[in-house]
Amino acid sequence: MGKYIARRVMQMVIVILGITIISFTIMHLAPGDPVDLLAGRTATPEQRAHIKHLYGLDKPIIIQYFAWISKVAQGDFGHSYISGRPVLTMILERLPATLILNFWAMIIIYLLAIPIGMLSALRQYSWFDYIATTVAFLVRAMPAFWFALLLVYFVGMRVEGIEIAGMSTYGINWGVQSFWTVFKDRLSYIVLPLTVLAFGGMSGITRFMRASMLDVIHQDYIRTARAKGLPEKKVITNHALRNALLPIVTLIGFELPILFGGAVIIETIFSWPGLGLLAVTAIFQRDYMVVMAFNIMGAVMTVIGMFIADMLYLVVDPRIKYD
Amino acid sequence: MIKLEEKKLNLQLEETFAQMVWRRFKRHRLAVISLVFLIFITLVAILAPFISPYDYEKTNTEHTLEAPSAQFWFGTDRIGRDLFSRVVWGSRISLSVGFVAAAVSVMVGTTIGSLAGYFGGIVDDILMRFTEMVMSFPVIFLLLTIIAIVERSVFNIMMVIGLTAWPGLARLVRGQFLSLREMDYVEAARALGATHKRIVFRHMLLNCMAPIIVNATLGVGAAILAESGLSFLGLGIINPPSWGTVLNSGRAHLRFAPWIMMIPGALIFLTVLAFNYIGDGLRDALDPHLKR
Repeated sequence: MGKYIARRVMQMVIVILGITIISFTIMHLAPGDPVDLLAGRTATPEQRAHIKHLYGLDKPIIIQYFAWISKVAQGDFGHSYISGRPVLTMILERLPATLILNFWAMIIIYLLAIPIGMLSALRQYSWFDYIATTVAFLVRAMPAFWFALLLVYFVGMRVEGIEIAGMSTYGINWGVQSFWTVFKDRLSYIVLPLTVLAFGGMSGITRFMRASMLDVIHQDYIRTARAKGLPEKKVITNHALRNALLPIVTLIGFELPILFGGAVIIETIFSWPGLGLLAVTAIFQRDYMVVMAFNIMGAVMTVIGMFIADMLYLVVDPRIKYD
Repeated sequence: MIKLEEKKLNLQLEETFAQMVWRRFKRHRLAVISLVFLIFITLVAILAPFISPYDYEKTNTEHTLEAPSAQFWFGTDRIGRDLFSRVVWGSRISLSVGFVAAAVSVMVGTTIGSLAGYFGGIVDDILMRFTEMVMSFPVIFLLLTIIAIVERSVFNIMMVIGLTAWPGLARLVRGQFLSLREMDYVEAARALGATHKRIVFRHMLLNCMAPIIVNATLGVGAAILAESGLSFLGLGIINPPSWGTVLNSGRAHLRFAPWIMMIPGALIFLTVLAFNYIGDGLRDALDPHLKR
């Protein structure tokens, strides 16, 4: 097992290194000289040369890569070409909004999807199962932004007290107004984006839980539990559910990148001031430093997430032997 | 009477693979309905110049933001363009992006997956690490980044979507190849001195066609969704418009002209749904373990 973990770590390092190389290459293929962006139109050739030298853009590409990668490793993603501010600061500013939205979405998804998937499996081919699987199938084909706009039109524009843009009302802050006033204010903004995210994310987890449960209830040990006369409720909660939940636990690893960047389009629709909105703005402004930071952080989080998922699998299922 | 029975039996014995698949596919009613729907949409896309009553670019300032009527079936947009014509032309872009991007993704995924699975060892290691790298980039960021860099043409959008969608299939094909490689008939072919090319194409690839075909079908739907997402963010194809582009143009007029966004959105939804149902139907029809 130690050997397996060591090999997995090695693979992870290689993949992360590859990701930085791909990112760096993409950045260099980008049209437009960054010097143009930094110096502006009125710069004299001397000023341009100075800027080029200052940013190390006059050095060979390999040197540039190593200079860049050693900075990135220290969390320095450079400065935005547009605002001149450190990219990391810009990202950290926007992180809380995105985390709040995706965290609550994830909680709702798991709280609803696990019981629904379980019930679907226990009552396979019942009307409940039929409706649950059909809805999950429909959601999978639905463009999330279309669903979001439908919600805005039919709910946001008609129901008093539900907001369709932003995250909070200016001047209503924690600690200033009473808890309930602030809570109600925040809730009125988060309701719609949260609904879209939860609805979209549920279909996958429901299907997964249903499959996992179906797999478990046909196992021999469930038959044994029933045969020895355990009440059905106990068979389900103590024997079936606990085993069916194991594969779900490993999904937590895959949620890491989703927490970070799972809502790009939804954030732009609801003007949610998070990372997604920042990313889209950066792309429109061709602010490559910001864009590349997003790509790298997202990719590294996916790699780490997959690693966590694999490790959780080891912990959760002792039958698995790796060489 | 007996002869007829015999004939019937013979017919059944002579059923080709395609006939069997079709017979089993027909049982999935929603998949058949989906197929009819898609044939209809495809015909609309092909015949777009004859179907659309107006020029999709022609503005008409006397009729702006009009609701659907007998004159303008799907209404008009802010600068008075006929939305029915725009949606009809949009089906061309949306469908062709879907088909081409899925084809690109299937070709790349199958090639990389089969090479890795067939040769194993160092080839497998290198190709799979590369696959993991591509897989690790959050698809939406990667798409947006490349779109920001390359010129925004229909061809480039097809390529970008196709080239970011293949890792799942590559892993699937690799897994199939790893197990097929150990099969007796593959070993027999090798013992008979068959070339790599013959073993891969005649024996192994043919035996994992089922998951590849299903993946390709679902891939078309996924590519249409991806394209509409890009267009929705304003990074897609503008002229001629795709369904996502038309939908995006309705965002600012949601309150007073919701039909601009609703109709193309519904079409994207139904089309992707149709591809998913067909994929589902094909999965059942192609599965050799389900003997019915």
